[in-house]
Amino acid sequence: MSLLEVKNVSFTYGAGTAFAKKAVDGVSLNIEKGDFIGIIGHTGSGKSTLIQTLNGLIKPDEGEIILDGKNIWSEPKKIRKVRFKVGMVFQYPEYQLFEETAEKDIAYGPKNMGLSDDEISERVKSAAKFVGLKPELLKKSPFELSGGEKRRVAIAGVIAMEPDILILDEPCAGLDPNGRDVLLAQIKAYHRQKENTVLLVSHSMEDISRIADKILVMNKSKVFAFDSTRSVFEKGEELEKIGLQIPQVTKILLELKRRGYPVSTDIYSVEKAAEEIMKLKPKRSQLLKEG
Amino acid sequence: MLKEITLGQYFPGNSVLHKMDPRMKIIMLTAFIVFIFCTKNFYSLALMFLAVICVIMFSGVSMRLYLKSLKAIIYIVLFTSILNLFYGTGKPIWSFWRLSVTQEGINTAIFVSARIIAMVLVSSSLTYTTTPTDLTDGIERLLKPLSVFKIQVHEIAMMMTIALRFIPTLLEETDKIMSAQKARGADFESGNFFSRIKALIPILIPLFVSAFRRAYELAMAMESRCYHGGDGRTRMKVLKYSKYDLAAVLVSCAVFIGVIVCNIYFPKTLRIGM
Repeated sequence: MSLLEVKNVSFTYGAGTAFAKKAVDGVSLNIEKGDFIGIIGHTGSGKSTLIQTLNGLIKPDEGEIILDGKNIWSEPKKIRKVRFKVGMVFQYPEYQLFEETAEKDIAYGPKNMGLSDDEISERVKSAAKFVGLKPELLKKSPFELSGGEKRRVAIAGVIAMEPDILILDEPCAGLDPNGRDVLLAQIKAYHRQKENTVLLVSHSMEDISRIADKILVMNKSKVFAFDSTRSVFEKGEELEKIGLQIPQVTKILLELKRRGYPVSTDIYSVEKAAEEIMKLKPKRSQLLKEG
Repeated sequence: MLKEITLGQYFPGNSVLHKMDPRMKIIMLTAFIVFIFCTKNFYSLALMFLAVICVIMFSGVSMRLYLKSLKAIIYIVLFTSILNLFYGTGKPIWSFWRLSVTQEGINTAIFVSARIIAMVLVSSSLTYTTTPTDLTDGIERLLKPLSVFKIQVHEIAMMMTIALRFIPTLLEETDKIMSAQKARGADFESGNFFSRIKALIPILIPLFVSAFRRAYELAMAMESRCYHGGDGRTRMKVLKYSKYDLAAVLVSCAVFIGVIVCNIYFPKTLRIGM
């Protein structure tokens, strides 16, 4: 049994009006425990809507979302429980901070879960550690922190609920390159330590290819591809056809292959690509023989 | 939920009302409201109502949207008409405890609700067919004479333009913040009155913070484009009256004369002068 099953889910914005737009169209997916899934697609491809159906912020018009073998809408009154299990970090989450101190803001989610004070402070500490927030910052007002620190506080606020599934919508948007590398590494470390499930939405193929094990490609409200990172990039050319940028190294290998060099194209890290290209070089012994 | 508010929204179109000058539309709206409240019997009320319906037809915006705008005020209408139902004097038709309904009470209730409905409909026809910028342009021009009294008309109009411009933005922002807090287990639907009020804090504070941030950014952007108030400012679109405005004035005047005639020739329905 999968941890989360998405069965034929559809959702239309503004149904029944002239502005009706089908944002998610018949999507089916199985998400297993321990998956690290990267979600990619153009603006308006339905990825944000899809992830909001997963924790019950949007109720799909058709289809069902099954979490731990139970339809999340079978008891609408208990939808809050689903939101604690499926944690969601929105885009630019720093705009949702409101408490007097960073610590209290991180504690907002756990408090809503009804945990004891000891448990809450324990969770706040460990969540802050995961996102690399220094303890002295926790006593400060969130509005005094820098942009990057604010974002960490907001992410920690969701991590502190210790969700089984963590969804992040463009967590790196607006961060400098160094900040994004650090944040992605922290998310990856969190995933490894907790052995839970992470879904990460991003525009950057490069970021996703680096940390995700599986990739979900959304195109025009539908699932275009959902497979391991390696197999998705094997279809590099198809991805380019729908206008998605593939990692630059993959592009180089695709071009080499097109020109008749025997290279594999399911490579997306610079190191592996270098190895692959080096293989093309005639062996030293061969050179000697010919020379 | 928040997206369903239609009061004060503009719907693009090409109708007679869309082509009218915003100044004339504002003047006509004021005149209509005055005359709606001047109706003294059912004949003049019916005439005004007919005129309002004609305005709606000429606006080219679907009737459904007007009905939607009425939905927002339905409780006000019900409240005032029920209150008025029991305030009449004369022979009671039906009584219960100390409350009694009279023919006069019924008449007043009908009158009051019809007046409010007509007023909202005709006001909606203005906002539905006029862009916020045109509307504030019109108000600015109409208030221009007040600058003699050192009232900063341009600044007032600019504030209104900005406020109107940011309503949808802030609504969208509220939606986003609500979703984000819901994802952290915020509960807006259950609990007693006080716990519900308290549940709004996580929405209101981020909303205020972002409103201030936007205000600051906008002020910066305006200043860096050398905005310095209304002195010596010229317009790209100069307002001009057209034949549609003339026609509107003539037709409306005929209606208003009709109302006055009805008021004089038919007996008053309302004893009180409201």
